[in-house]
Amino acid sequence: MLKQIEGSHAVSEVVALCRPHVISAYPITPQTHIVEDLAGLVAEGHLEAEFVNVESEFAAASVVLGASAAGARAYTATTSQGLLLMTEVLYNIAGMRLPIVLTCANRAISAPLNIWNDQQDSMTVRDAGWIQLFAEDNQEAADLHMQAFKIAEQVSVPVMVCMDGFILTHAFEPVDIPDQKEVDDFLPPYQPKQMVDPRWPRGLGLYADPRFYMETRYILHRALEKSEETIKQVSADFAKSFGRESGGLIKTYKLEGADIVIVSLGSVVGTIKDLIDRMEEEGKKVGLLQICSYRPFPRQAIYDALKETANIVVLEKCVSLGRGGILASDVRWSFPRAEKKVRTISSYIAGLGGRNITMDDLLAMVERVEKEPVELDFLGLNKGIIAERDL
Amino acid sequence: MMMELSAEDLNRVEKKNLFASGHRACGGCGQALAARLVTDAAGENTIACVATGCLEVFSSPYPDPSWRIPFLHSLFENTAAVASGVEAAYKALKKGPVNIIAQGGDGSTSDIGFQCISGMFERGHDVLYVCYDNEAYMNTGVQRSSFTPLGAKTTTTPTGNRTRKKNLPQIAVDHRIPYVATATVDDYRDLQRKVKTALSIKGPKYLHILVPCPLGWGHPGDLTAFLCRLAKVTCLFPVFEVLDGKLMNVLKVPIKKPVEEYLKLQNRFRHLFKKGVPTEFVAEIQAIADENIARYNI
Repeated sequence: MLKQIEGSHAVSEVVALCRPHVISAYPITPQTHIVEDLAGLVAEGHLEAEFVNVESEFAAASVVLGASAAGARAYTATTSQGLLLMTEVLYNIAGMRLPIVLTCANRAISAPLNIWNDQQDSMTVRDAGWIQLFAEDNQEAADLHMQAFKIAEQVSVPVMVCMDGFILTHAFEPVDIPDQKEVDDFLPPYQPKQMVDPRWPRGLGLYADPRFYMETRYILHRALEKSEETIKQVSADFAKSFGRESGGLIKTYKLEGADIVIVSLGSVVGTIKDLIDRMEEEGKKVGLLQICSYRPFPRQAIYDALKETANIVVLEKCVSLGRGGILASDVRWSFPRAEKKVRTISSYIAGLGGRNITMDDLLAMVERVEKEPVELDFLGLNKGIIAERDL
Repeated sequence: MMMELSAEDLNRVEKKNLFASGHRACGGCGQALAARLVTDAAGENTIACVATGCLEVFSSPYPDPSWRIPFLHSLFENTAAVASGVEAAYKALKKGPVNIIAQGGDGSTSDIGFQCISGMFERGHDVLYVCYDNEAYMNTGVQRSSFTPLGAKTTTTPTGNRTRKKNLPQIAVDHRIPYVATATVDDYRDLQRKVKTALSIKGPKYLHILVPCPLGWGHPGDLTAFLCRLAKVTCLFPVFEVLDGKLMNVLKVPIKKPVEEYLKLQNRFRHLFKKGVPTEFVAEIQAIADENIARYNI
């Protein structure tokens, strides 16, 4: 049913429809509305689940780890500092192959303290062994949660659904919220593949010496690589059940025959699509490649989509300090070195800490990369407030 | 709420070998013995959530763990939260009843895992937390923890520890949890009775067990049990239960010994004696014992 609804509220409604057994969370802006709604649904009896209010995000991640290890479908949500505080547990959850789903309401990392949106938080934990899916809008954010549980439980790899803080979490949009039967038909009841249970005494989380550790990590790496197929399949199943495209590895917009292709992820692709339409009116061919699955990184899909494109620009809301664009590095790696084709891949950092990414910024970016490749630049930087010595 | 257990059940020494021999603990390890006693007292219908540390390392190498009950290890500092999650899952899935025992050494309990333990107590999870206290980080090579006693030499307190032990049993009591107890590993019957008592009570429980470490304390392995007895008769380790906030069953010591008798058998306290004669630091440690005697009416 189509509802005019806040992004966080849409996510919490859909998460509840996925029938999690255990939810644990610690409040942090801009994640709070999601967990407040879920706490309400549990308290009012609309959702039969244990809601565990904990003393930190570290504990929230640990509680869902324990719950998942005991055979429960488990969910948590966080952002920014909270995600970083969870880091040690995130690696542990993935290493133990527990199919937990986490919503990351993407937000900047301190210092300086900043509660607004960028994607530094989830990018910082990109190597933890989680599948990371990025939502474009609130409909996709809601849809991805249904897909996330299904993917996680099929491949025994945890899934992080990333949605831009405030821009999505606090925005009201019409979102189609399915009914319980539709969700039940799409997402079967959870069948744990491993659990601690006295009827079946086994160990979870044994330590592995040098004879076994590397193989365990290799198997997890392969599981993530192989999950590309599952992500595609679940997205296709979703389209069949619900009649709309959501998720998958990548999506494209007016990419065919484009002279310049912008690669990006998250909610900014909406602005980019408007830019592309505007450029088209001016007779310029600009296209978009939108990454939905950031981990596993869909190298082959990106290569196939961009192999004819000579001018690529990567726009991202995060930075590897002292190195540059994180997504840009991954995109650059997607093309084999031996390839003959001349291709430039420019890298732009934008929108850090909630800085607006305006149409004018994007126009300036496209006009510049039409003329020259840009190794690395920060879009919309106000050089007037930076001291001479720091420039 | 307490399930009734007969005196016979409570006092029987359980030997089920649920924590199997053949693990890699040092000879005379108090923790290995305590873990076996705890596991056997709890029985088959138990889930062990274990913190990183000596116990985890010597008992759970892939592919041959010692645990014959389900075993769950995650990290050093989150065992109480992991156990909370297991309990929440059992509630949500309407499974059980099952005994859930979170357990760790003194480092993971008193220092790095302290916050998670406080959270578990405060939320009221039906979990027994067992601390195996050997008074330092033994797994990493004998470094000081906040359970390291005054005067003890560790690799990070090379001139002797300058602070007193954190009193976690009291902190647990102040969380108003229904059951807190201390025990020593030499007294099988008492230790196992306390495990069984704890597991018969709903809610969070805390059991603090003194487990001498021959490597870290510097004593021959065959003195492990004897040192426990000395810790009790010198009143440096009070043994008691607190049920619903009420102190009870304090182990009375009619003939008390001076603390030197306990200290002088251990290398970690050797620097407190000059040519066998106690220095003034020993008097400070005696004062702690005297304080315990008054406080717990030992």
